[in-house]
Amino acid sequence: MKRILFLTALFVAGFAKKTFERDQVLRITAKNEAQIFLLKELSEQEHLGLDFWREPVHESLPVDVYVPFHSLQAVRVFLRYNQIQYNVMIMDVQDLLDDEEREMVKYRTIPRSTDDFVYTAYHDLNSIYSFMDMLVAENSNLVSKIVIGQSYENRPLNVLKFSTGANRPGIWFDTGIHSREWVTQASGIWFAKKIVTDYGRDPVLTDILNNYDIFLEIVTNPDGFAYTHSRDRMWRKTRKPNSGSSCVGVDPNRNWDAGFGGGGSSSNPCTETYRGPSAHSEPEVKAIVDFVKSHGKLKAFVSIHSYSQMLLYPYGYTSTPAKDKAELHELAKKAIASLQSLYNTRYTYGSIITTIYQASGGTIDWTYNQGIKYSYTFELRDTGRYGFLLPANQIVPTAEETWLALMAIMEHTRNNPY
Amino acid sequence: MASTGDLEPTHYPARRAAQVALHYLNTHHGSPFRVFGLQQVHKASAEDVAAGGRKYKLDFSVTDWGSGSAGPALRCSADVLFPRTERHSAPEVQLHCEALHQINSTAQEEDAFYQKYISPDSTVSARDIPDSFGNMSEEMQPFWRLARVAASFIMLRESSENTEFNMAKVASVTQQESSEEQLMLEFVVLLHDFPSQEIVQWKLLASWSPDRGVRVLQTEWQPRCPHATKPPN
Repeated sequence: MKRILFLTALFVAGFAKKTFERDQVLRITAKNEAQIFLLKELSEQEHLGLDFWREPVHESLPVDVYVPFHSLQAVRVFLRYNQIQYNVMIMDVQDLLDDEEREMVKYRTIPRSTDDFVYTAYHDLNSIYSFMDMLVAENSNLVSKIVIGQSYENRPLNVLKFSTGANRPGIWFDTGIHSREWVTQASGIWFAKKIVTDYGRDPVLTDILNNYDIFLEIVTNPDGFAYTHSRDRMWRKTRKPNSGSSCVGVDPNRNWDAGFGGGGSSSNPCTETYRGPSAHSEPEVKAIVDFVKSHGKLKAFVSIHSYSQMLLYPYGYTSTPAKDKAELHELAKKAIASLQSLYNTRYTYGSIITTIYQASGGTIDWTYNQGIKYSYTFELRDTGRYGFLLPANQIVPTAEETWLALMAIMEHTRNNPY
Repeated sequence: MASTGDLEPTHYPARRAAQVALHYLNTHHGSPFRVFGLQQVHKASAEDVAAGGRKYKLDFSVTDWGSGSAGPALRCSADVLFPRTERHSAPEVQLHCEALHQINSTAQEEDAFYQKYISPDSTVSARDIPDSFGNMSEEMQPFWRLARVAASFIMLRESSENTEFNMAKVASVTQQESSEEQLMLEFVVLLHDFPSQEIVQWKLLASWSPDRGVRVLQTEWQPRCPHATKPPN
């Protein structure tokens, strides 16, 4: 918001210049009244073209001044000569305006339909929940919204159900269980739109949907997600307080009843892999557990994370190979080949414990032990260059390539009923 | 988990050791216009060493993030020794990369960058690189790379067989007064460790010039507050 005010202030000041390249905004800290006096004198030098966004008033208050490039040298010399402290608040005003313009264009219109929605940008929780409602409204024959529970902070846990008939077996995808993994929720939105677009057009997906329901939980950890927007972009866990500790949150991917409490999870609430006081203690996890058990006919379960470009199958809590390891390994290989065919993105695959690290109490270990054979975890782009802060222009390519892998998994599930 | 003999190159024991070699490579050859990323591990093996420790032998490829996705891959081989001492000590790396001297010179960009910011009036100061949405201005890219190289000194020093570090973001960069013709930059960086999933914050003071390269003069671990915040009742 503050930035938009800066923008407005600039236009209101009525500069005749076309660009603000290399102009800067300095934040000056005056030490005493004498320096304030000097700054007031500076402000009277009209030929410098300075614009004080915060006037020199008192040495306890910062002085912010917009300095056009042609005056920078003179102003700096003046400040240094008089030993007046300052730092550069905005290094290049034009850069900032360009960035703001880009952001504003993206958010200029509240989308009125899912065709208007900007898939190439990251959105906040309200926008994503609106998207879901719009998608349902536009495709009410195909999509419905189920609320499987409430988060700790009482946000609805929304699942989109894609269904063309009753009593079908199901396939489950979830994104955003770890809130800082923003490319996953963004991909989930894209998957939802892809499904409604391709049903009736793509023969493979159409056939899958004529035999299976697809369930998609886009924001699996809404409390954490809201927190990444409002306070801490690096937040991973839920937001439930821990009794006896000042540290908040449980790792929802260590909270499942599969090897719960074992190595590869932490008993310390102040850590990122804290398992929680007991298995399924987190409402976000319990809601899925209850859903899976009451559905009883899920045949594939894919939980999507980022980053590190991997496709993983059980187990994470034990080095005992899964009974179906050979088949899961072959299918992973095929899915990865499909993924790579689009943009040549390289993925690694294998069991969790051998490929990435030991992790106990994980989602797909539990779902696999429930009898859902095709249980997989993805780690999407990238491999560490941007990590969690993946640029928005990679959202759609990531979603597109990942979809090919998901289709491979769904197709195999469809062709190998059990 | 003990791994000895030939290792699966795509799995974590080999990958963690390769990442250590990569940090070493960046401390020696990184610059505002050159940062190497791991592309692929081709072969890996590990063995216990007489003095107590584990030595990994690696054959891997890296790419230069500075030259975009079009950059060629460089083939490297490395020995990485993780010592077994009571208190943690840094791994020891011996590294050789083919054709390191043949990659496109960035001398021109480095000189221009140096001239621009070595001026006594230069006082760069910025936060959140990249921002929450992964955006980074053109101007900030060389500073991000410098931070990544400087962070490599820390990541190298702190690494063990149980860690896998990347730099999550640059929380802030503040230019200090130049000294001995070196650009002096104070960075606060957030590192991400894969196995523990922890975000670790470090403040560091680094110097750089085209001649002397990157040096890290001071490092300070900083506790992160939000993790310990209780929601208001």
